[in-house]
Amino acid sequence: MQEKVKDAPSSQFKWVGTRAVRPDGVDKVTGRARFGADLAMPGQLVGKVLRSPHPHARIRAIDVSAAANLPGVKAVVTRDDFKDQPSEFIPAGEMMINYRDVVRNVMAREKALYEGHPIAAVAATSTSIAKQALKLIKVDYEVLPHVIDVVDAMQPGAPLLHEDMITAGVEPAPKTPSNVAKRVEFGHGDVAAGFAQAEIIVERAFTTKPVHQGYIEPHACVASVSEDGQADVWVTTQGHWIVRAHCARLLGWDVGKVRVTAAEIGGGFGGKTVVYLEPLALALSKKARRPVKMVMTREEVFRASGPTSGAHVHVKIGARKDGRIVAGEAELKYQAGAFAGSPVQPGAMCAFAPYDLENVKVVGYDVVTNRPKVAAYRAPGGPISEFAVESVIDEIARKLGMDPIALRLKNAAKQGTRAAYGPKFGPIGFVETLEAAKAHAHWRTPLQKNQGRGVASGFWFNIGGETSVSLQLNEDGTLSLTAGTPDIGGLRASLCMMAAEELGVDLDRIRVQIGDTGQLGYNFLTGGSRATFSSGMATVEAAREVIKEACKRAAKLWELPEDAVEYMSGGVRPAGANAGKHAPMTLSDIAGIAGKTGGPIAGYARINAHGAAPSFATHIADVEIDPETGKATVVRYTAIQDAGRAIHPSYVEGQYQGGVAQGIGWALNEEYIYGPDGRLQNPGFLDYRVPVASDLPMIDTVIVEVPNPRHPYGVRGVGETPIVPPMAAIANALADATGVRFTDLPMSPPKVLAALDEARAAGTAKM
Amino acid sequence: MAKHHIAAVVNGDPVEFLCEPGDTLLDVLRDALGLTGTKEGCSTGDCGACSVTVDGRLVCACLMLGVEAAGTSIGTIEGMANGEELHPLQRKFLEHAALQCGICTPGFLVAAKSLLERSPDPTETEVRYWLAGNLCRCTGYDKIVRAVLDAAAEMRGA
Ligand code: FES
Ligand code: FES
Repeated sequence: MQEKVKDAPSSQFKWVGTRAVRPDGVDKVTGRARFGADLAMPGQLVGKVLRSPHPHARIRAIDVSAAANLPGVKAVVTRDDFKDQPSEFIPAGEMMINYRDVVRNVMAREKALYEGHPIAAVAATSTSIAKQALKLIKVDYEVLPHVIDVVDAMQPGAPLLHEDMITAGVEPAPKTPSNVAKRVEFGHGDVAAGFAQAEIIVERAFTTKPVHQGYIEPHACVASVSEDGQADVWVTTQGHWIVRAHCARLLGWDVGKVRVTAAEIGGGFGGKTVVYLEPLALALSKKARRPVKMVMTREEVFRASGPTSGAHVHVKIGARKDGRIVAGEAELKYQAGAFAGSPVQPGAMCAFAPYDLENVKVVGYDVVTNRPKVAAYRAPGGPISEFAVESVIDEIARKLGMDPIALRLKNAAKQGTRAAYGPKFGPIGFVETLEAAKAHAHWRTPLQKNQGRGVASGFWFNIGGETSVSLQLNEDGTLSLTAGTPDIGGLRASLCMMAAEELGVDLDRIRVQIGDTGQLGYNFLTGGSRATFSSGMATVEAAREVIKEACKRAAKLWELPEDAVEYMSGGVRPAGANAGKHAPMTLSDIAGIAGKTGGPIAGYARINAHGAAPSFATHIADVEIDPETGKATVVRYTAIQDAGRAIHPSYVEGQYQGGVAQGIGWALNEEYIYGPDGRLQNPGFLDYRVPVASDLPMIDTVIVEVPNPRHPYGVRGVGETPIVPPMAAIANALADATGVRFTDLPMSPPKVLAALDEARAAGTAKM
Repeated sequence: MAKHHIAAVVNGDPVEFLCEPGDTLLDVLRDALGLTGTKEGCSTGDCGACSVTVDGRLVCACLMLGVEAAGTSIGTIEGMANGEELHPLQRKFLEHAALQCGICTPGFLVAAKSLLERSPDPTETEVRYWLAGNLCRCTGYDKIVRAVLDAAAEMRGA
């Protein structure tokens, strides 16, 4: 399965690069692991949310009296229980947030802005009473015209979601409000001059539909607020410090009063980086003075938690006959849902990032519509813009009769390339992924009837950020490692491996946990592919602190200067001129003398992790099309990506494979379908069909390792890039098989069949 | 609402519980019996996270009522290991890294065990179709399918 291309000498390590069994594994195969909905607190109530049936309506009045009087109902909250927040954009990882919008998203204020928007919440002694109470709440709505489509929302005269929304990033500022929250622009050079040199120009418009992260575990939390205002939240989240910050802010409480514990998390993919239920559960618990548990139904997850944007994208690329791209231009219109903040900015930054271009310009628009507010979804924004660019690049290669990998190699970004979004790249592995694709047996294997092959590349930035990790040396020499970034896919294994590597101890000497917000300093969330990078960096630093302290203690015991003691393979010994003077001591020996040499030994790293490095990928997809039905099936797939270094190769491969599967769903199947009434028609896994085992082939992976020089083990972060290339790889494979260029996602059977019929009539179809 | 008193067997142990007429078997297992290893991903029979066996048949616990469990013998993930010894499927899932977040894992294990009881030497395609009712959003199924095939081989003594 795993092939290594640019081979890092991983054998220099004992643990790093191995496929150790994860420390949380047994709990997860026995049902013992406790996820968001698995905790029950004594005396807990059931919390439920009343949601707007209208996509757009003014809320004239809410009467909760009948519900509040129903026996068994212990608390009801509405907009009146949350203070309004001033408007300001605050960076939150890869996205920006504005608390004025967050407070309105968790509980509608003036208006309901999408079907499913929370209007009120109740806490009751049973689920059935809570549901009954919701029916007793009377809401006086003034139903308003709504707008679902992004292009419609940009038209003058479109129903306005926010009457005061003035497009940011436009000079001079528009005088009238619109649904366009922001305009962004990136690029350099002179695209007009570039296109003037072009010998071939391809220009295409693309559309993509909103798709949901589709984590199998719905949002869930239990909140408990005591009479003296001490609050506890148990929650499935990608970042419990973020939950703490948001809840404290929305409720006006001190941050230190709120303690948040991260449950095991059943998938997030970006969708569990925001709050939905948590502030409601806290507000209900405070009123009821009892713990409140809230769990979304799957339908609520679809209707009211963030999918990613649907978009319209226009791309124009010009090249010379030798395949050198001379200009690239793109316009992106991303729908944000009900509040500003689509990932159009990262989408615009990513669009041409894999290529070394002299003339490039990308303009993006962030547009609000009457849909749930989008949330981050794996490489937020990137898959959409890169789908369009990678499709056009493929078309240029086909028109020039050039191998698409060769064309990419000719234009590939390298170390020193100025990225289209500004900075110069450090060491990157894009060329290595292309070379690996070219060398892969998959690329040369002949296709069968009705099959096509496509290739596409992808890029994602990756981030670092604030991180705290503690590592305690226990009195018997075992170690307790506490990190603060929730582990979604094997993080604890990777952290233990890095700590064991540093300390020269066996893996099973270290027990690792994800600490709550009271146990560590601030941790930014698990997102931006940062957890193994940042918490890994902090783990290494904490381990080095333990080593330093161990040397210091031995020096004290041996009455030697500190630098006369060295740490080697799990213990200390006198070094240099003093070598052999004392018998070496193991870490357990040191633990035994900790008390009398100065007290407990622990490392505590509190860092802002810098030096995150981008990860590039190249994917090859073989697709077979049923000429009768238009159904496209992926029959072979290879994902090649630069990991920097794979700490645990199995979980790196797993990230590649999982991203590919989501990308295949995005390409072929998944979409939010709205009726003319502005209501979502497919809020369940039956009609919003994600890929199942019988839809997919084995997914081959190749881990390329071009180490990140700014991480102690060379880690880049791998989680997001894998979802970027699949849509274009599949569209390019369809073009190869059918002769038709598909520009609208998803490429579902009816669309493929219609396009095939049209091409057959025109005589351009290849099948 | 009056509750029903139900007696059944879960993982070999006799149990009794009270449930409302509308409570699903999944509600009963998780809330009344504290067996939270069986997960709820959809409550509509579309994700397989709630897979259990009832009298040896694989079912979605969210599609069966608690009252219907009267007199049946139910198998859940909590009953899969034999004392300290993990079931070969559980071991192979760990060795193959066939889980990332792990929320789907109990359902896959229960479903896969049920497959191997019927078909000890399945093809990859059979595994994929048998498990088509179990959604995993993290892994792309590759490592899950490999783990099941490997466990099957080990159990056959191959
Ligand atoms: S919870 Fe039963 S099938 Fe999803
Ligand atoms: S491992 Fe996360 S859903 Fe399967």
